Amino acid sequence: MLSRVANTLYWMARYVERADNLARLIDVNRHLLLDNETLGSDRIADFWRPIILCTGDEELFQSIYPETHGEDVIRFLTDDPRNVSSIASCIAQARESARTVRDQISDEMWEEINALHLFVRSDEAAYLLKEAPPRYYERIRRSVATFLGISATSHTRDEGWEFMQLGRHLERADKTTRFLDTTSYLPDDGQGGIGAPGMLHWTAILGSCGALGAFRAAHHRFDVEGALSFLVFSRNFPRSVRYCADRVDECIHLISGSPRGGFLNEAERVSGRLLADLNYGNAQDAMALGLHPYLDGLQERFNRIGELIFETFVLMPEMFESQRSMQQRGHDALTAWQEQQQQQ
Amino acid sequence: MLEGYLPDAFFDEMFLPDGTVRPHCAPLLERISGLDQNDFMARKATCELYFLTQGVTFNVYHDSQGSERIFPFDPVPRVIPANEWEHLESGLTQRITALNLFLHDIYHDQQILKDGIIPRSFIEQARHYRPEFRGIDVPADIYIHICGSDLIRDEKGEWLVLEDNGRCPSGASYLLENRKALKRVFPDLFDTSSVRSVDSYPLEVLEMLRHIAPRKSGNPVCVLLTPGCHNSAYFEHCYLAREMGIEIVEGRDLVVRDNVVYMRTTRGLERVDVIYRRIDDDFIDPVVFRKDSVLGVPGIMNAYRAGNVALANAVGTGVADDKAIYAFVPDIIRYYLAQEPILQSVPTYLAAKDDDLRYILDHLPELVVKATNESGGYGMLMGPAACKTEIAEFRERIIADPTNYIAQPVVSLSRCPTWCDEGMEGRHVDLRPYIIYGETPRIVPGGLTRVALKKGSLVVNSSQGGGSKDTWVLRQ
Repeated sequence: MLSRVANTLYWMARYVERADNLARLIDVNRHLLLDNETLGSDRIADFWRPIILCTGDEELFQSIYPETHGEDVIRFLTDDPRNVSSIASCIAQARESARTVRDQISDEMWEEINALHLFVRSDEAAYLLKEAPPRYYERIRRSVATFLGISATSHTRDEGWEFMQLGRHLERADKTTRFLDTTSYLPDDGQGGIGAPGMLHWTAILGSCGALGAFRAAHHRFDVEGALSFLVFSRNFPRSVRYCADRVDECIHLISGSPRGGFLNEAERVSGRLLADLNYGNAQDAMALGLHPYLDGLQERFNRIGELIFETFVLMPEMFESQRSMQQRGHDALTAWQEQQQQQ
Repeated sequence: MLEGYLPDAFFDEMFLPDGTVRPHCAPLLERISGLDQNDFMARKATCELYFLTQGVTFNVYHDSQGSERIFPFDPVPRVIPANEWEHLESGLTQRITALNLFLHDIYHDQQILKDGIIPRSFIEQARHYRPEFRGIDVPADIYIHICGSDLIRDEKGEWLVLEDNGRCPSGASYLLENRKALKRVFPDLFDTSSVRSVDSYPLEVLEMLRHIAPRKSGNPVCVLLTPGCHNSAYFEHCYLAREMGIEIVEGRDLVVRDNVVYMRTTRGLERVDVIYRRIDDDFIDPVVFRKDSVLGVPGIMNAYRAGNVALANAVGTGVADDKAIYAFVPDIIRYYLAQEPILQSVPTYLAAKDDDLRYILDHLPELVVKATNESGGYGMLMGPAACKTEIAEFRERIIADPTNYIAQPVVSLSRCPTWCDEGMEGRHVDLRPYIIYGETPRIVPGGLTRVALKKGSLVVNSSQGGGSKDTWVLRQ
């Protein structure tokens, strides 16, 4: 498989997953707010701030909206074209990736992602977002679910599939840690400390991950230890960090062809080590380190794995002296003009 | 649906001058007449939605929204009876055979110049002539592997060749997608038993690519080289690559080592044998052609010269579809094949010839003037439709650079019933069949019928407000 194509499939899957996670995050937070109708506008802003912080776009947000209002955050995260990480932007990028590698994916996959893109840009979407937001977010989640279902039933289990799985699970693992991390940014409790996340908050986070039922069935308590045990260390819940890390490790080995449990390249080494930490770790360890530093550490390791995958399978530095041509080609005027050359 | 439709003074594809239907169109007319107008319009909208959801769109350049548009589609098909198609097939086969012999000669001994059939200066001034490639043999001696000749019909209905697109002809995906859309949305209009299928196009192209592979053993690796996903024809590139089951590559995916072309895969380098390139000569190799090309593959021309990779189409074919050389094609056919041309060309005046120049300058308001190095309907003067300032401006340009201009009388293209806002009206059409030259020249029975949607307009290019139709070639 062409390296560029593998890279594009990886990012297509990541962007789809990112859009889905954002939709979940916003929708659940909106529900939470409904239970807190007595909150003043300051408190509402505090309530949303963690979400902006955990997606890492605070600077951009503040430059666009100097004051935080709930509605602003929702717009910013949902369909603000100025935010390259908004749901609409993620879907546009996923769709552009799909368009670029359209010959590699099934017709039905293309139709679904294109339909989602057309929906997000439609008047219907604007209307729903204004009048019935839950239906808007549900549409997105359903379309993503359809896309995943179609992919699962129509895509050959080849390298391209593994690259999509890689992108999806790395993104999912990262987002699960970020859901948990919202607790680190909870507003001041009025006594100079950080507000403690209560049951309501844990319920919201588990809801974001679609994990409430599974969580109850696993008989955990709605506290930090229970949430961590389930969302980070669960062996079999498909959004837990450990589950995702296991899939990532499996995919890298399937792509390189080397057996699991060892490593032939740096990506395999770092991923295997992370998986071992998760396999043998538990919630107490994480809490001893402090929730935020622990989650931050996980995110850094996911990023590192992402970089190593790119270097190992796309750049292949040991084979090329010059990396000029595989880097993202800048889209300057000269390139644009050349790319737009006439076809007879 | 077609009540009150007037063929006027033009050749109409569906009706005789007295308003009765041409016999080969009678079954189609009957089916169209059976449709309800509102139903027709609703289904036309369904077609448009189909193109949108399929992503059968082209990018509009210089549009900051990055918007994509569909190529307007008219559901009324254009029908070509079997005997006319036979005539076109033999004419086009003759033409491409002669053009290939011409290219081989131009890039080898240049006998045709020595014999004085074409003045040497016309070749040397042709913008797409590549003297760097004289003396190089190309696989199977084929130069134009895919040709998209534009055909038109004059007021008597005679078929004429308007131009030969022998570099990177585009539009074949629309030929296939138009048929798909029509079958899907107007199944009751479609007559499976009498319309010949066009589905084999991608396989015919693949067959041709495999035929020209330099390495005969094993399974040759064919790829499609695209300028990138911002090109207006990117949809088509992807579509064809998918239909053929070959990789679509950008220049940065390819590397040349020791005069062999490889692509970069997740498992290292893989050798490439045949490249169906949709990039112009100018951009294909920064070492040989444009130094600033960021789309090309450095060194690919050396691999090509060494015979390690085949390109379709070959380098330098543009000299055969040059607008000035066009005037010599009938002579080229006579010279190489000792036959009279089966398909006529449009009379052409070359501003580079003194007599012709005088004629052109005296008759500007009646002529179509074209710049020899432009395509896509750009750099053109439509004499009868132009105002005085435009004509004066073109006169200056022609005088300043006569070798760059040719002129032709206006041919009033044939018309075909087309759905317009006020109902069915006649609109001018042309036809682009696709000739694939592998082991032998083959033509898929059909083509892209382009239609000028603006009332009275003779310009069918998509960049200038053109649309397209499905083209039916009948079995009998």
